[in-house]
Amino acid sequence: MTNALEFRDPHRAADLNAALARATAQVGHAPVSLMHVCGSHEQAIAKFGLRATFPRDLNVIMGPGCPVCITDQPEIDEAVALALKGVRVATYGDMVRVPGTAGSLADAQARGAHVDTVYSVAQAIDLARRTAEEVVFFATGFETTAVATAAVILAGLPGNLSILSAHKYIPPVMEIVAEMPDTRVEGFLAAGHAATITGWGIFEPFVRRYGLPVVVAGFEPLDILAALVRLVELVRGRERAVVNMFPRCVTRDGNLNAQRQLWRVFRPIGGRWRGIAHVPNGNLRLRDEWAEVDARRRFTIDVASLWTQAPSTLVRQCICGNIMAGIASPGDCPLFATECVPDAPVGACMVSSEGTCRIWHQYGGVPNLRGAACPL
Amino acid sequence: MSVVASGDRILLKHGSGGRAMRRLIEESFLRAFATEPEIPAGVIGVAAMDDGGAVHIGDRWLVMTTDSHVVQPLFFPGGDIGRLAVSGTVNDLAMMGATDVLGLTCSVIIEDGFPRADLERVLESMRRTCLETSAIVLTGDTKVMGKGDIDGLVINTTGVALTSHVVRDRGLRPGDRIIVTGTIGDHGMAVMAMRHGLDLDADLRSDVAPINALIRLALNAADGGITAMKDPTRGGVATALHEMAAKSGVGILVDEASLPVRDAVRGVSELVGIDPLLVANEGKALIGVRAEAAPRVLAALRSHPLGADAAVIGVCTDDRIGMLILDTGFGCRLVAEPEGDLLPRIC
Repeated sequence: MTNALEFRDPHRAADLNAALARATAQVGHAPVSLMHVCGSHEQAIAKFGLRATFPRDLNVIMGPGCPVCITDQPEIDEAVALALKGVRVATYGDMVRVPGTAGSLADAQARGAHVDTVYSVAQAIDLARRTAEEVVFFATGFETTAVATAAVILAGLPGNLSILSAHKYIPPVMEIVAEMPDTRVEGFLAAGHAATITGWGIFEPFVRRYGLPVVVAGFEPLDILAALVRLVELVRGRERAVVNMFPRCVTRDGNLNAQRQLWRVFRPIGGRWRGIAHVPNGNLRLRDEWAEVDARRRFTIDVASLWTQAPSTLVRQCICGNIMAGIASPGDCPLFATECVPDAPVGACMVSSEGTCRIWHQYGGVPNLRGAACPL
Repeated sequence: MSVVASGDRILLKHGSGGRAMRRLIEESFLRAFATEPEIPAGVIGVAAMDDGGAVHIGDRWLVMTTDSHVVQPLFFPGGDIGRLAVSGTVNDLAMMGATDVLGLTCSVIIEDGFPRADLERVLESMRRTCLETSAIVLTGDTKVMGKGDIDGLVINTTGVALTSHVVRDRGLRPGDRIIVTGTIGDHGMAVMAMRHGLDLDADLRSDVAPINALIRLALNAADGGITAMKDPTRGGVATALHEMAAKSGVGILVDEASLPVRDAVRGVSELVGIDPLLVANEGKALIGVRAEAAPRVLAALRSHPLGADAAVIGVCTDDRIGMLILDTGFGCRLVAEPEGDLLPRIC
């Protein structure tokens, strides 16, 4: 724990806040808009109350950084269709409640389907070993979890286990956000854990092409504040650069062994991210040589039968897409905390503990707490 | 596809002490047990939703409280369902200012096939806890239900006590200090780690204990300076403070650095992503106290072994009424009232 506490020193935070305010004021226009692309960053910002101390003119937006949220409806539908046809589906907890076109895996479970919540792909393997039934692991998440999926595939899966990959790859979506006509984003905070695998060098082509700076950040409060200071300084100086502010974990090249495993198993293809857009190279699918463990090849998945039902009016009002694209806040949504709550989520952002709406709901939204301080 | 409208069924979250449970009580139970007038003279009834009810008799209040105890596992590090059943009721009486227990009832429902040795172990634990807190069991009831009709063992205890001054959970005023009588999150974290099979190398122990003697010390030292009390059981400190703030019409600002949290609890909390503020305690109290009385109350609490880690953790404000705000040292954030059960983070 000492290591973590080193990065939780409130006195240093006060110095960094002062530096952040100075740098923001020196940019020359307001507001300055930055985007992070990671639910864990939003969790830390909310949990430590950092937003209440950000300069007024600094706008820190949470982008499409929640893997549960950006899993697209047809992908959920595939898992639901498999479950309804009698295949046992194992997946991470939050995925069970994400609504597809016509219901979630939890709804399928209520109709008699076998759905298992697992904490890791290793648990899915244990599950498959204990049963004779066909088990499908509905694999979701960014490169951080995709690497774990790749490793177990390379190590060999039990014969009755196959993989339905809905894994996503983060770097391409930053390009999509940068190209959005309404975007106000002037710089990106990149997720330290993903960069541990990919290395920070992966952001260099992006920086060259779009002229937006990228700073790699860790997840302790001082990590985030220091990275924001650096990012605002880069915006102020119009510097096109990648800066690694998480050097205790991230290197330029990243984890080469993990990358080798990742690309031996997966290939990037274009596909929709829920609420965002079609993202070229944003989806990770199994390569042809792994066809025998690919659930899409092992089973005929009939999702069309689920699509007869039109989405409800509530779903049509949901603005998750705009929230994930960073052009709206949960507070702008008429459903937030009224019709859409963690117990009965309308949109995916309210389902996952990494979703913006869920995080804002959990930490009581963001009323103006500027200036509040406990006198003790 | 048929979708069951939410609200048609009672779910586990309706019993977990958070917002969902409060709504169920307000919408169903309070309607059934409403009185005319709603708040009769000389009575603190269910509508008050306090830790217990009370009836004014002569120059004193007869305080009464009841609690059904269900916990899985029945035996956990630091305690068991028997110790919990005695402590829970004794502590609820104490939170109303009634620290001398007249007597308890003990009603037990047992599942067919339940091991006799386990029952003896639970009853021995109840006997010891009663001795510890000078309480006696006046009457009881025993039922056995079919296998699978009940999960092992359920114990209901009711307690009665007399007091000349009732302490409510709604008397906080701006400027009052909030004291917690010791470390937070111990009970809930110990039980949760065991229930979810989290194989952690951490010394987690429930804090379950009767604290009426400790509260007596505080009340005596305060000399009328205690304005509100509540025990932060299910739903934890956050839920209890929310309720106190809303009922009292104040805001509460908590200093995170002042919160007493054991290292083991803090470590597990980081690991599973559950805030100790939201986790149950079974041997702690939150005490609202006038600022000038705070040092005296704190000293009295710390003189007792169960209050050694007592601390002033917050201040009541006249703005942001009903809100619970946490000063993390980095900035301030709201602490939302938990909705239902807490689950360990998945990824």
